[in-house]
Amino acid sequence: MSTETTKKDFLFDVQKIKSDFPILQRKINGHRLVYLDSGASTQKPIEVIDAHTDYFKKINSNIHRGLHTLAEDATNAYEKTRSHIAKFIGGTKTSEIIFTAGTTESINLVAYTWGETNIAEGDEIVITDMEHHANLVPWVMLAKRKNAIIKRIPITDEGRLDLSDIQNIITEKTKLVSLTHMSNVLGTVNPIKEIVQIAHQKGAVVLADGAQSVPHMPVDVVDLDVDFYAFSAHKMLGPTGVGVLYGKEDILDKMPPFNMGGEMISEVSFERITWAELPHKFEAGTPNIAGVVTFDTALTYLENIGMENIHAYETKLTAYAIKKLIQIDGLKIQGPYNTINRGGAVSFTDKNLHPHDISTFLDSKGIAIRAGHHCAQTLMKRMRTIATARASLYIYNDEADIDALHDELFAMRRYFGHE
Amino acid sequence: MSENLDDMYREIILDHYKAPRGKKPLEEKDITSDGHNPSCGDELKMELKVDKKNNIADVHVNCKGCAISVASGSMLAEYIKGKSLKEVKLISEEIKKMLKGEESKITEDIGDLDSLKGVRQFPVRIKCALLAWMTLIEGVNKFENGTKPDSFTVSTEDDK
Repeated sequence: MSTETTKKDFLFDVQKIKSDFPILQRKINGHRLVYLDSGASTQKPIEVIDAHTDYFKKINSNIHRGLHTLAEDATNAYEKTRSHIAKFIGGTKTSEIIFTAGTTESINLVAYTWGETNIAEGDEIVITDMEHHANLVPWVMLAKRKNAIIKRIPITDEGRLDLSDIQNIITEKTKLVSLTHMSNVLGTVNPIKEIVQIAHQKGAVVLADGAQSVPHMPVDVVDLDVDFYAFSAHKMLGPTGVGVLYGKEDILDKMPPFNMGGEMISEVSFERITWAELPHKFEAGTPNIAGVVTFDTALTYLENIGMENIHAYETKLTAYAIKKLIQIDGLKIQGPYNTINRGGAVSFTDKNLHPHDISTFLDSKGIAIRAGHHCAQTLMKRMRTIATARASLYIYNDEADIDALHDELFAMRRYFGHE
Repeated sequence: MSENLDDMYREIILDHYKAPRGKKPLEEKDITSDGHNPSCGDELKMELKVDKKNNIADVHVNCKGCAISVASGSMLAEYIKGKSLKEVKLISEEIKKMLKGEESKITEDIGDLDSLKGVRQFPVRIKCALLAWMTLIEGVNKFENGTKPDSFTVSTEDDK
């Protein structure tokens, strides 16, 4: 890609951004690292790496209990991230932001607290045919415990939700609709707001899995009117082991705690235990303080670029990737070709080659992609495939990265004798 | 991971991958065994005909998977024909050791199978090479214990 194109077409300097990520300087098997696996976890800019070190150098301490300076500084930094997140996702109350270990734990928290108290025999839980196991297994297991019923919104062959029968899928018996905001396999961005309206009319609450959406586009949970929203820091430049659960205050208030221990209580005696106020009721024990504090820097980095800009840039790059990949014989994109309501997770299959061979070959050329079932075995079945290869994009990718992928996929087919 | 792709995808391996042996399903079979590798979705179906002397009279392997699992299955089909059940089990255990980098007692010339050694440099792919051999061991064990065909299933996750 010429630098001119970058500057003219895109709203920020990708080469400058690339230089902020030290790992991108690494050579892999003698080649420049082309990192196309951000859907699994993103790389971290130097600011985030430094913030993590700084935390331990300057303010490391436990939070919410000590009465010394470090404890106060650490508590303030931790709570600053909470306020930042509340603002980042549309201006929620800070009491509605709960820190977890990741999206998976956020969803399990809802399944084991809200789910245990609100789902009864015969109730219906609606999910979709494009869910990650993190938003599927907790509900299937809850339904088993409660003798509840799992219903699924089907998908079209293009890889979008098929809402033609939605009024019969979400019914008065539906207690929960839990769906992904953006598919980690297909890239499809789902119409959360529309589904929330239908669900609320029927009296159901809605959880959206935002692991793949919050990092890549502006998300306003207040406007979407979702009841729960879950996402992870490590997929948006932050550290691993930090996740967020947003929940509407009135719903969170009525939920029992998840983990029991320190910090989540108000008063404890052997006769009577009372719970702490939100959000601390759901944050038992010492959390990943360093991770949460560092996440603040990641959010600032993204805001400085602008989530609108990120979304516009990735949409263009996704269109470019699809255009390039469909030029390769035998390759099929698994997901929408149209980039409207579509993110930068680009899955593909080769009619001759297994995704593992694709991934091993590309790795030998320095290109990191994901291969496998992407924790979505039921979706693989629906797509009539056992696995896919997936290139997933982020702000530090450019057309040169896509060109490298395209060229090596060509070389790969020659190597395996499928010219 | 190794820099040299050709260490794993040796010519012999690519040859087996492109033209797998033992493709033809058997009309008469004494052992059927299915294996799968949940981490990548590879599936392998194996059929064996055993003669009166307990030697492998014929083999059919159908593997839907990556180049390594297909090639390994093809090599297996070629190698075990004519071998006794005892020999087959022994070589399977030795191949497992070879792939895991443990000391193996193989002294004889194992022909094409030797090329599977290259997979060792790619730890995530060892399971792919193991699939056919684990499916074989499972099938032979069940046969010797008197279990009827069509009920054998093995997963690469069983071998921790």
